[in-house]
Amino acid sequence: MAKTETMTINMGPQHPSTHGVLQLVLELDGEIVRKITPHIGFLHRGVEKLAEHRTYHQVLPLTDRLDYLAPMHNNLGYVLAVEKLLGIDDQIPERANAVRVLMAELTRIKSHLVWLATHALDIGAMTVFLYCFRERERIMDFYEKISGARMTSNYFRVGGLSSDLPDGIEKEIRAFIDEMPGHVDTYEGLLSGNVIWQKRVMGVGVIEAKDAIDIGLTGPALRASGVDWDLRRDQSYCDYDKYDFQVITGKDGDTWTRYKCRLDEIRESCKIVRQVLDGLKPGPILADCPKVCLPPKKDVVNTIEGLIHHFKIITEGFKPEPGEVYVGVENPKGEVGYYLVSDGSPHPYRMKIRPASFVNLQALPQMAEGAMIADVIAIIGTLDVVLGEIDR
Amino acid sequence: MSEHPAVAQLKGQFGDKVLKVEEFRGQTSVTVPKEEIVAVCTFLRDSCGYNFLTDLCGVDYLGRTPRFTVVYQLYNIGAHTRLRLKAEVEEGDCRIDTVTGVWSTANWFERECWDLMGIDFVGHPDLRRILLPEDWSGHPLRKDYPVQGPDREPYQGRLS
Repeated sequence: MAKTETMTINMGPQHPSTHGVLQLVLELDGEIVRKITPHIGFLHRGVEKLAEHRTYHQVLPLTDRLDYLAPMHNNLGYVLAVEKLLGIDDQIPERANAVRVLMAELTRIKSHLVWLATHALDIGAMTVFLYCFRERERIMDFYEKISGARMTSNYFRVGGLSSDLPDGIEKEIRAFIDEMPGHVDTYEGLLSGNVIWQKRVMGVGVIEAKDAIDIGLTGPALRASGVDWDLRRDQSYCDYDKYDFQVITGKDGDTWTRYKCRLDEIRESCKIVRQVLDGLKPGPILADCPKVCLPPKKDVVNTIEGLIHHFKIITEGFKPEPGEVYVGVENPKGEVGYYLVSDGSPHPYRMKIRPASFVNLQALPQMAEGAMIADVIAIIGTLDVVLGEIDR
Repeated sequence: MSEHPAVAQLKGQFGDKVLKVEEFRGQTSVTVPKEEIVAVCTFLRDSCGYNFLTDLCGVDYLGRTPRFTVVYQLYNIGAHTRLRLKAEVEEGDCRIDTVTGVWSTANWFERECWDLMGIDFVGHPDLRRILLPEDWSGHPLRKDYPVQGPDREPYQGRLS
């Protein structure tokens, strides 16, 4: 009888599908993966430690850089947590909340486009990559016009926004949103009917609802297993409950279903953006909290109160009363949460980030052990991980 | 008395072992003895619907006794409610039982907590560093670990 031996190989960190900073140690029996041991931490920057030594406002730029494909979502989770800690979460102006939703949904589209582009590329389909990046570029342009930056937007502020929307941007966003569902149809036209694509994703990386909950999956990866849970609807924030949208779920829990869920989520995001634009009214973009929100520049240069508030917030920060809060938001990858502990000083005593990608990646061995080595690539892609968020 | 439904259930089941219940900004935290953590988590999962462990971390209250607190953020997917569970851990006996048997997702969270905070999770199937190299000395999220690096003086805080 022939004797078989397993072989151990390293996949990554240099493999293109492992994003340059994820190492998987695979134990192979021929082409069958018997065991996967992920190694992470190559990017670790100590963001949580740094946050303990900065004022609440100074932490904001650290959050952009976690998930650099969805920076505004990570900003949003943080500012919502600080607002909750301060007890001003019900004082955010209507327009600020509407713009937050607008940008969050554009970011979701942008993030899903990069996911689809790279996921398809990992599996061998290049055309979709080019199309997705073409559309993503439009959103990057909106980012640049609205926040002044393409990647590290740093646009949200505790209490509202850093600035209002530039004139005429609503029209440009509406034109883009009108086109976007057609583009999604194009992507589907290129992939969904393609037999190679179907064989690479259908029945691959299956995870049942109960197992998905147990291992902590969130976002589209969880909903594709049939769990109807979305924080935008179930723990509504930023007035998400005002908008009519569907929470997309699947039932098979495989790579194909996760692909379909994310495409449908892009369509739903377009619906939300359209509703925001329809209902957008002029108004303030910052809460009336002079001890927390920086005053408008004209007040800083024209009034002594404005000058003092600006000076005090910049030099000292603000001091939330002692206590602790946890706030989670529905990011493109899943739930990103911020746990903040205040000791009454101007900087967080403890900040713990709950990164969606970190927890989702933990499910990789469960989903891929027993599959073929080529399926590992498809499964990493379908989890839509960003190592910046995992390693923090 | 907290209005949170799980608090009444916990008190009914564990009585005086529910050490503290705190409310802040509409969120509820329950502190239990660390010896009871697995029993409490199992009860919350099986009898109160807290089937999802959202997050787990440690907090270092340097200067206080006990020094560390392990914090569990729980979510009930059916009822859409949250609950924060806490257990205090002394510096001299810096360990607590693992809850990986209750929720598999605790595996990486506990590894991270061990790596950065130095809290030992007894019974963990694979407790080793996750974000830092194996040969790293110390646990950087402890308050007495200098922010600039292991060979520097502890940072005094820019503003405090």
